[in-house]
Amino acid sequence: MSIIEVTNLSKYYGKARGIEDVSFNVEEGEIFGFIGPNGAGKSTTIRLFLALIYPTSGQAKIFGKDCIEFGPEIRQQIGYLPSEVFYYDKMKVIDLLKYSASFYDRDCTQRMHELADYMELDVKRKINDLSYGNKKKVGIVQGLLHQPKLIVLDEPTSGLDPLMQQKFFSLIRDENERGATVFFSSHILDEVQRLCSRVAIIKDGGIITIEDIKTLQKDNYKKVNIVANGLDAAHFDVEGVTNLRRDDGAVQFFYKGDINVITRLISEHDIADLDIEDPTLEEIFIHYYQ
Amino acid sequence: MNIYKHELKMKIGSVIGWSIAVFAIIFIFMAMFSAIAEDAELLNETLASMPEQLLQAFGMTGIDMATVLGFFGFAFTFCQICIAIQAANYGFSLVSVEETDMTADFLLPKPVSRSRILTSKLLAALTALTITNVVVWVSSFLAISMFRDGRPYDSQALILLLAGVLLFQLVFLTVGVVVSLFMKRVRNVTPYTMALVFGAYILNAFGGMLGEDTIELITPFKHFDPNYVLGNAGYDVPLVLISVVLVLVSIVGSYRLYTRRNIQTAM
Repeated sequence: MSIIEVTNLSKYYGKARGIEDVSFNVEEGEIFGFIGPNGAGKSTTIRLFLALIYPTSGQAKIFGKDCIEFGPEIRQQIGYLPSEVFYYDKMKVIDLLKYSASFYDRDCTQRMHELADYMELDVKRKINDLSYGNKKKVGIVQGLLHQPKLIVLDEPTSGLDPLMQQKFFSLIRDENERGATVFFSSHILDEVQRLCSRVAIIKDGGIITIEDIKTLQKDNYKKVNIVANGLDAAHFDVEGVTNLRRDDGAVQFFYKGDINVITRLISEHDIADLDIEDPTLEEIFIHYYQ
Repeated sequence: MNIYKHELKMKIGSVIGWSIAVFAIIFIFMAMFSAIAEDAELLNETLASMPEQLLQAFGMTGIDMATVLGFFGFAFTFCQICIAIQAANYGFSLVSVEETDMTADFLLPKPVSRSRILTSKLLAALTALTITNVVVWVSSFLAISMFRDGRPYDSQALILLLAGVLLFQLVFLTVGVVVSLFMKRVRNVTPYTMALVFGAYILNAFGGMLGEDTIELITPFKHFDPNYVLGNAGYDVPLVLISVVLVLVSIVGSYRLYTRRNIQTAM
């Protein structure tokens, strides 16, 4: 079952483009990555899910129901962590969390304390006195305390130290194993790579590609690095080779296609060293953005 | 109910502040009453010698400072300004503060509808204003009974005047809300509040000065002019109806605008 169904969704702010004709589905139980540079339309898409803004055309459905029409109902089961966290400054952390919990049908008290303990959050402090990282933790706890079926994360790790990022990721994995679907927007490819099963790449308000992380990395491209003396780079300029570079004593390129073709080509030479590896998402990403 | 409670809690400090202000205005003015009333002849003469336009600007025409309500009406104008500022401030900030403080990203993704949020917020603001309103009632009767020096007054007229406070507050509250929703972003509430309140006040004052009837029709300071209400022991009903219409139109407009509003991002 699709948890999120987006069909031909467009949003303009006056004449300025937010997103344009975006369509994709997120299936139950997956961790779906949503990557793109700043201004590509990631936050716009998420804000449409949450009815913070209204679509110009097209539709987004969550749990099979329209995001606008059934907004309050579907949001019972959505946990949202915004990229920038700002809360009522005068409140204490515990009061904000209780306020957050008061919106949901179920009793969230126990889970709230579990999460706060886990994230090492001091709930007695005033929000005003918290550092950015600690405010982010408040955001995480308030977003997850009702054990939502869909977790929407908008660049969640900024401001968290690496140790907390680790804890946060394992928390998200636990939630996912419990059955929660995760929609994870980020421009940090490494974290998407670590966490997600599928990704959509968004650029200039449109989806460029949606693929399994594994497909994206394995089936598509290999990064080849050959070290040898007197190697002629032009020799490898065959079909499927991109980004061919000669770098003193080494030849590097991306290859997409039958791997045997390239290994035969390499075997014709007397080489000193050879690396064939999956490119990082970063490299794929740059490839898509060229 | 949770939003209502939360909103009310956030306003407690402000309500106490404004309540002290109206209490102080009423008491300080009325404490001067007996001294002024004794020299009322002189004061009334002085007033009479002033230019008519100036008196109109301060809403002091046709009042007798020697009577309890004549003097109270004069004092009440200042009280009205305070009440109006408080109500307009609540109105302009009601929804906009969530966007300037970026807390809309917390509140709106919760499982509540926009109209429920607006209803809760309006009711919380109304409760806060009613607390101040009650303080106005209590202070008025208390101050008058303490300082009237046995002079008689028409309590019916006073009750009538005070009964109008709620609607007067509602005008500024709801107009504030609807205007803020027409804006893309309200960065600072104070200039809007001041513009609305003093705009409305000056419109009434200048209307009086210029003898221009039409422009003063839209200002609540005219609709609830204390001198008129106390002097006639009644309201100019068609004028009050203009206020009622203002409130209704503002409320309907606010719901329509808010339920369709695109919430701005942090940037």
